[in-house]
Parts: sequence; C-alpha cells; structure tokens
Amino acid sequence: MEQTLTSPESVSLSSASSDGVITPPSVGRTVPRDRDQPSILDTIERGERIHTATHEAMLAEQHVLDIDAFSLYYAEVQALYEIGLSIPANKVTSLIGPSGCGKSTLLRSVNRLNDLIDTVRTEGDMRLEGESIYAPGVDVIELRKRMGMVFQKPNPFPMSIYENVVYPLRIDGERRRQVLDEVCERSLRGAALWEEVKDRLHDSALGMSGGQQQRLCIARAIAAEPEVLLMDEPCSALDPIATGRIEDLIDELRGSYSVLIVTHNMQQASRTSDYTAFMYRGYLIEAGPTRDIFTSPQRSETEDYITGRFG
Amino acid sequence: MTWLTGGALSVAVFMIVGLISLVVAMGTTTFWPVPLVHLELQDGDALMGELTRVEEIPDSGGALRRLMRSANFDLTDEHFEWADESDIVAETHPDWAILVERLDWGRFYGTPTRFEHPGGVVEGTPETVWAAFQAAHGEVRDRWHERRAIERGPIGDFNAEGEALRLELRTEGLDHGFRSAPYREAEQRFQAAEEARTRRYDTLRAGIDELDALNDEYTLELTTADGEQAGIQVAEIVRAFAPNQLSLLDKLGVYLSRWWEFLTDEPRFANQEGGVFPAIFGTVMMTLIMTVFVVPFGVLAALYLREYAKQGLLVSIVRVAVNNLAGVPSIVFGVFGLGFFCYFTGTWIDEMFFAAKLPSPTFRTGGILWASLTLALLTLPVVIVATEEALAAVPNSMREGSYACGASKWQTIRRIVLPRALPGIMTGLVLAIARGAGEVAPLMLVGALKLAPELPLDMHAPFVHLERSFMHLGYHIYDLGFHSQNSEAAKPMVFTTTLLLIGIVVALDIAAISIRSRLRRRYVTGRI
Repeated sequence: MEQTLTSPESVSLSSASSDGVITPPSVGRTVPRDRDQPSILDTIERGERIHTATHEAMLAEQHVLDIDAFSLYYAEVQALYEIGLSIPANKVTSLIGPSGCGKSTLLRSVNRLNDLIDTVRTEGDMRLEGESIYAPGVDVIELRKRMGMVFQKPNPFPMSIYENVVYPLRIDGERRRQVLDEVCERSLRGAALWEEVKDRLHDSALGMSGGQQQRLCIARAIAAEPEVLLMDEPCSALDPIATGRIEDLIDELRGSYSVLIVTHNMQQASRTSDYTAFMYRGYLIEAGPTRDIFTSPQRSETEDYITGRFG
Repeated sequence: MTWLTGGALSVAVFMIVGLISLVVAMGTTTFWPVPLVHLELQDGDALMGELTRVEEIPDSGGALRRLMRSANFDLTDEHFEWADESDIVAETHPDWAILVERLDWGRFYGTPTRFEHPGGVVEGTPETVWAAFQAAHGEVRDRWHERRAIERGPIGDFNAEGEALRLELRTEGLDHGFRSAPYREAEQRFQAAEEARTRRYDTLRAGIDELDALNDEYTLELTTADGEQAGIQVAEIVRAFAPNQLSLLDKLGVYLSRWWEFLTDEPRFANQEGGVFPAIFGTVMMTLIMTVFVVPFGVLAALYLREYAKQGLLVSIVRVAVNNLAGVPSIVFGVFGLGFFCYFTGTWIDEMFFAAKLPSPTFRTGGILWASLTLALLTLPVVIVATEEALAAVPNSMREGSYACGASKWQTIRRIVLPRALPGIMTGLVLAIARGAGEVAPLMLVGALKLAPELPLDMHAPFVHLERSFMHLGYHIYDLGFHSQNSEAAKPMVFTTTLLLIGIVVALDIAAISIRSRLRRRYVTGRI
C-alpha cells in the first residue's frame, strides 16, 4: 500500500464533521443512483450476492485493516455475508445500521473475540497491516494486544484506577514502576480523565461514574498503543453529557489512532467519523466518506435508513 | 397464600429461636451458684443439695417430689436423690453449708469441722475452720499448679527426648542391622544418655515429691448432712465456697471463675467437670486445616467445571453428581476416611517415613489430619457449588474486556474472575465451616477421642502433630450426653458445651463474613 498524504477532500471532511452535524438529505430530494441495479433488498431476499458500493475516496486512503469477503456463522445461522471493507489508517470509521445487522459481530470479529463462542465459524479473512488475522497459527493473544477495544457498557476491572489502565502492560509482564506510571498518565490524559482522577489513582475504579468508567476503559484500550481502536457503541449506556465528552475524546483521538466505531446513533456517526459504512441484515451495503454517505448516498437503502424510513 | 407462606416462615423462625433460646438459657445458667438446701425427712434422715427440679410423682394423684443434687458420690454412690414433698419435715438454708469442687469424684457438700495443716489442727466452729482453710488454700493450690507445670514442661520434654533417642537407636538398627557394629556403638551411646537422663529425672521427680509431701499435710474435713465425716486433700480442692452466704457480686465472681475454668482448663472427672479447652482447640484447629484443604481443591474444581470444561452432557452429569455428594450421609464419609486415609494412606506413610516406630501406628490411625481431610471431602460439594455460582455471576463483559486487552485465559481468571468471585467463594466457605465444625459422626471414626491428653500443637518439634488424635466439642457433647455415668449431672454441661460450639461456629462464620464484606467492597461495589 503506498504512502499517501491526507487528501484535501478528507481534510475538508473532518473540518465539516468537527463543525457539527451534517444535515441528512431531505426526504423529497432525489439522489443520483444507478437505476439499472435492482433493489438490494430484493437481491438479499433472493439470497444472492450483492455488490458493496464503496466510494472512491475511501479506497484511495491508506488502510490499516482490510476485511476480505468475510462471512460468519452462528452454528447454522449466517450473520455476516462476504463483507469487504478497508479501514483507513488514523481516521475514524463508523459502522451504522439497524439493530441485529451484524455491526457488533463484525467489530468483534476484528480482534477475534467471537472465538470465545464455541459455535462461531468464519470464512474469508481480515488483514491487520497486511498480516492475516484468521490464518491458522495466528497467535490470537498477540493479535489482541495490537488492538484496543471499548465495549457498550463500561467494564472497568475490579481493581484500582491505576491498575485498570496499566492492565495490558501488567499481563505483558511489565513491572518497571516508571514505565507503568508514564503509561498510566499518558493514557489517562489521552482519555481526558487525568485531571479528574490524578489524586485518587489507587481508589477502586468501580466507584467512578459511568462516564468516567467509560473514559477509563478508553484509557485502558489505548494504554498499549494499539494499531486499531475498536469501539462497540461506547456511548449507549451513558447520559448526554458523558456522551458529549466521549465524542470529544474520539475527536481528539483522530489522527493518532485508527478508530472503528459501531453506533446506532446516526448523529453520532455524522459528528464523529470521517468514514461511514452502512450494514443491513449481515450485508455491507455502502461505505464512503461520512459526508457523502449522509448527503448523497449511492444506494437508495442507505438513504432510506439515514432519513429514517426503516431500521 | 400470604398466610400460608408467612405461617411457614413463623413456624420455622419459632423453632429456631426456641432451640437457640433453650440452649442459651440452659447453657448460661449452668455455672451460676445456687443455694444449698438442707432437708429433714420424716424417717429422721437428712439430705443436703441443690434443688434441680420439682415434678409430680407418676400415678400418685398430684403428689410432688424434688430431685436434689446431693453430690458426695464417693460416699453415697449417687449424684442425685429424690425427696417426696410429703416426707419433708423441715427445710433450711444453713450458712455453713460448703460446696467443694474437687479434682475427682465431683462435688462435695458438707459443713467444715476440722482442718489439718503442718502447724497443727483447727477444730471448733465452722467459721474458724473455714477461715483457716481459706488462708491456706491459695498457697496449696499454687504448689499444685507448680507441680503440674513440672509435669507438663520439663517432664514432657524429658519424655519427648527419650522417645527421640529410642527412635534414633531403632533407626540405626533398621539401617545397619541389629547385630552390626554401628548399632552396638549407638546402643552404648544410648545407654550413657539414658543414665544421665535417669539422674535428671530423679531430680525432677524429687521436686514433685517434695511439693506433694508438703501438700499432703493439708486436709479439710467436712461433715455431711447425714453425719458422715470425710477428709479431703486441700490440693484436690479446685474451688470451695459457702453458697448460702454469697452476695450477688460473690456469685458473679464464682460464675465468671467457672466460665474461665471451662474455657481454659482441661476436663476432669471423666469430662463431667472442669474445662473443655482441648476440645475447643481441636475443633478450631480441625476446622482451619479443613479450610486449608477444601478451599483450593473446591475452587480449582469449580474453575474447571465453569471456565475450562466444554459445557455439555458430561459436565452436567458431573455437576449433578457433585450436588448429590452433598447429600451422602456423613458417616459414609467417616467410613471412607477410615478406610482410605487411615488404613490405606496411613499404612503407606508409616512404612515410608515412620518405620522405626512400627508396630505402633503413627498415621495408620485416626488423627487430626485425617479428620480434617475427611471433613474437607464432606464439605467439598458445598464449596464447589458456591464457587461455581460465584464464577457464573462474574459479568461476561469483564472477561471480554480482559481478553480484548490480550490477556490469556489464565491471566483473565487469576486477575479478573477470581478476585471478583472471591466474596461468593467466601460464602461457600462460611457454609462449609458451619457444616464441618458441627459434624460428629465421621469424626468418631477418624480421630476424635473422648480424652486426648496432648494437643496437636505444642512446644516439642515438629510443633504441629497432625497424626495426633484430638478432642472435639461435638464429640464431647455426644460423650457427655450419652456416655457419662450420670446423665442428669452431665446435662447442664451438655447445654453449656452446645452453647460454646454454637458460639465457635458463629465466631468462625463472622470472621469469614467480615472478610467477605471487605472483599465485596473492594471487588464488587468499589467502595473501599
């Protein structure tokens, strides 16, 4: 993959998104779309393959993670259908779609967390920086150490704030106090939590508020300098103020981390992400720069979902 | 439905509260001094003792009789005597009725008439005799304690040393043959050491004899209600007082002194009198050793069942089997413990490590280790079930969070799952203690004794003697209630010992519960 500088388009995009919400297209507006294509929903009904509409701008980016014809089954039930998606490096990419469309499943497949479920079977592959994730012989533990993950509900561990943050280093056997202290402070600052907790680092993390706990989980996720940061609806259990802080934080992480975030909140997707991928019933329908997805989607289903006609 | 459920609860609560109150009421009053009653009967006989209870004479149409604790067992062969209400001519509470608690033969009731001491003889009014006795009693008892300390300390060391020397000699013989030169040399060394030891023993013995000779000169003579005279060695008298003269404060003093003796001293007079300290010690030590074994095993087994094993039919069968194990009668565990631990494992250990002591068994018999292991086996299902529940209650999100950080399964279990499940594991421990400490039946087979002279923990190397038999409060209760020569006399002690056992179980439970709540604050709710 060749090294490319950030394109002018994406610069304008990120500035647009940091300005605030991109207005979704009004209901009556016509969107340019390939009229020759049959409705994707019909194709899905018939059980045929669909072609993902991936925007050129997204393909032109430098990618950190490539998902290649990835399918996943829970026992006999197929949950993901040949997903093909490349995640741009140092950008925020959001996965949107109605409940049960497979967003979280896809996200949890990236760090092979679905391995914990006995019945899960996969086809296809993913590549992190060009290295296969699903090839036989991959050390899953080493793989997970290269990624950070933030979950739907804050899940701080039953230990002190300090130990929570340095947990990824602890399990790696790091004992040097100085290193741990540095990582703790850097991660907590990165998660915009340092000022609030610097005086009680050795208190239990379970005594914090929900929003603080989630930021702590983000600090933990970035402690080991991951190549990809996976976020699974990180704000769904939080109140609006805490949500706002997490969104600001994601904004700050942009540029230093490649973030893949699942959200069911379209405002959040439009506010925080550079790129957006729309999933529906296990299929990846469309992926592209957030502004394009929200203002001029190529697929009518994407538009329908964004304007609230279904989902 | 409210009435039915509420009713069931109140019946249950009533029964539990009733049982506990009975034990507390009977147990706490045992040591309270009661007045001595002197009865004159129609046939001219007299009777003195503590009133135990009044009841209707069977088939007499309402006539009453009294059960009197008359003591003086060595004279009358009775601890208790009946007196029909209709036979009683006069009832008095004589001031100079003295209650004597002796090392042997139980109590003695009488009036002091004569006191012998090295300086002469005191006779006359009970008051003067009593005063003379009181003045000398403390000093005599001090000598007696000194004598016992010599027996316990130096003579105990002496015996332990002799045993070690004999073992050394025998080991030499077993190693080289009993006709070999090294054995003969060792034999000579042994003889020399024995001679030195005999001289040492003689000095110790002389010290004891001297104390005994001094004490022998003190005798208190009392007259019983029916006029018999009896002399009692002052050294034999543990406690003596005049119950009818005591003020409330004096009574409290006697009460507390009896409790203190009960908790800290050894039993005497076939366990019916004295203290239960060895039984307390044995019960607590056995429960702690049981805990040390059952917790790691139970937790590891539950970890495998819940975290490692692939859930399926086989695991379900194992789980049901473990649950059913909790329902096996405890005596079956006792039989298993006797067969497997004492006879099978014990024989093996004895042959491997204690060959010199054979044929006398070391581990090939009941002992505190085998009893603890048997109880650990008995309580294992409780710990496994509780731990499994605690593990199941650990939120999966925590496990996932740990895996997502790149932790291995064991790291996740050790750093996240186990700490979080610890309070629940402690609950299992509380239940196991409650079940284990109160168990008696299996202990009879694997090491609990009516009287174990040596504690399993003492000052002789190797300090912890896991092979030793021990006393246990539960077994003590059984022994007092059903095996003492006079169950009526032992009854108050049964209640008191029961109260104590309940108290110990509650204390152990409270300790475990307070650890649990601390862990819960730390790992579950987050308030430190």
